[in-house]
Amino acid sequence: MNIDQIKKEFPIFDNKVQNNDLVYLDSANSSQKPRIVIDRIYDFYSKEFSNVGRSVHYLAVAATNLYEQTRTSVQKYINASDKNEIVFTKGATEAINLVANTFGQKYLDEGDEVLITELEHHSNYVPWHFLRKSKKINIEFAEVNDRGEVTLEEIKKKITDRTKIICVTHLSNVTGAILPIKEIVKLAHSKGIPVLVDGCQGAPHLKLDMQDLDCDFYAISGHKMYGPTGIGVLYAKKKWLEDLPPYQGGGGMIREVKKKGISYGELPNKYEAGTMATAQVIAFNESIKFLEKIGIENIEKHEKELLDYAVDLLGKNNSVNIIGNPKNKGGVISFTIEGIHPHDIATILDEDGVAIRAGHHCCQILHEKLGLPATARASFGVYNTKDDIDQLNNSINNCKKIFNLK
Amino acid sequence: MNLKELYQEIILDHGKNPRNLRKSENFNKDAKGHNPLCGDHVHVFLKIDENKKVEDISFEGHGCAISMASASIMTDLVRGKEEFEVKEILNDFLEMIKEKDELKTNLLKEDEKTKLMCLSGVKQYPMRVKCATLSWHTLTSALDNSQQIVKTED
Repeated sequence: MNIDQIKKEFPIFDNKVQNNDLVYLDSANSSQKPRIVIDRIYDFYSKEFSNVGRSVHYLAVAATNLYEQTRTSVQKYINASDKNEIVFTKGATEAINLVANTFGQKYLDEGDEVLITELEHHSNYVPWHFLRKSKKINIEFAEVNDRGEVTLEEIKKKITDRTKIICVTHLSNVTGAILPIKEIVKLAHSKGIPVLVDGCQGAPHLKLDMQDLDCDFYAISGHKMYGPTGIGVLYAKKKWLEDLPPYQGGGGMIREVKKKGISYGELPNKYEAGTMATAQVIAFNESIKFLEKIGIENIEKHEKELLDYAVDLLGKNNSVNIIGNPKNKGGVISFTIEGIHPHDIATILDEDGVAIRAGHHCCQILHEKLGLPATARASFGVYNTKDDIDQLNNSINNCKKIFNLK
Repeated sequence: MNLKELYQEIILDHGKNPRNLRKSENFNKDAKGHNPLCGDHVHVFLKIDENKKVEDISFEGHGCAISMASASIMTDLVRGKEEFEVKEILNDFLEMIKEKDELKTNLLKEDEKTKLMCLSGVKQYPMRVKCATLSWHTLTSALDNSQQIVKTED
């Protein structure tokens, strides 16, 4: 795998950012886009645009076919058993809201429990929180251990006979912990409980096989997978999509509308109301092709090398404190520097062209547990190199110098 | 303005050793501020005397160097001022940090203005302006005796 070659496919790296070469270490937040994805959006709008699934003219048919091709690509990419198990959403957030809303309506009652973890991003907590009020449910939290991971044993401990669904992240966007999803699903299913996986950080970095994982729901964010913003995927087992009520009402999701009654469309239309993010869906197909061309196994290996290198280098840098050391960890390093607030770190690193994130990374529950209001976070993508990590370390040293730290 | 000018000695000093970081005894006005984006918290305490003068001002909280330095310098500068004077300084500072090139008020001495102008560098970093203004907005709220927690995000 030639990283220099891959990096050249991303136009953003052709430009200087404030007179510096860009060292982009914020891919857990959103990844950069390869030229083929950007061009696809331009080409679609300039040569092929039409709305999908409605009109019968040439452009409409062609656009509909392109749109459905992405569905098939996603199905193959995540090895789902049926293309109708792929629902397009505006993002992973909407995918989780869809499940919380429809599953909540049909299956949750007063006193029922939704089991999530302390690692969850707000998008896998807040949608469930809504049901505390509307359905009087309880939310239980599987706790994070000292290594920054949530274990199968901990999940097991928190399951009760009121647990109706388990919602867990595949890969923590703060500690990088990769959760034992397959085992969690097996355990949950043995008790008749469905599992939703927040796959925002899993999908861009790990090999996915829905039939092997056997989870009931898997939420994917397109813009973290080198794809456009405004596009996400909800994978759900067909039995759930057939069984659950529709989410949003509108055009495209109906079969027949009468004054006295409405019947809903077949899958996948049932969950895709209104005009979808057509251009983004079509361009997302190019992201999938990009990932397939490189091979997710190669990406995993590359990011693991970067991670090991970074943990070693930053680990030797005194006053840098890495948050969590999970046994199974993805390409995310959250850290603090004694005596420098993460926002000051991020601003100073930015001056050197090093883009990181600082804050609570939409994980206030976890930060409260860690006793930290904020952390700094470097996260990797396919285009990162060891030079980027060296530059990160140099900039951290620069930061320490400005703050008179040794 | 470059980074060196933003993180200059005076900011680093106030950021590291904030003045008036405590809770005033017998305070009669206070307000809390919160910047949910960075998790910064500040609680400003005021003791206003019978002549409507700031007899004491202090703050508690945590945050980045910019927000701590801003609160520290602010508390130093408004002590002893009358309430209407505090408001004038406050508005002058907020205007300066958003758009104006300099401070207009005659209520501050030149060296005091210089101190405050050290914070003007955040203009270059729109995401960080809120760090510098949090304690000032909180002071406004304390003066108005508003019970609402000041938030930099809605």
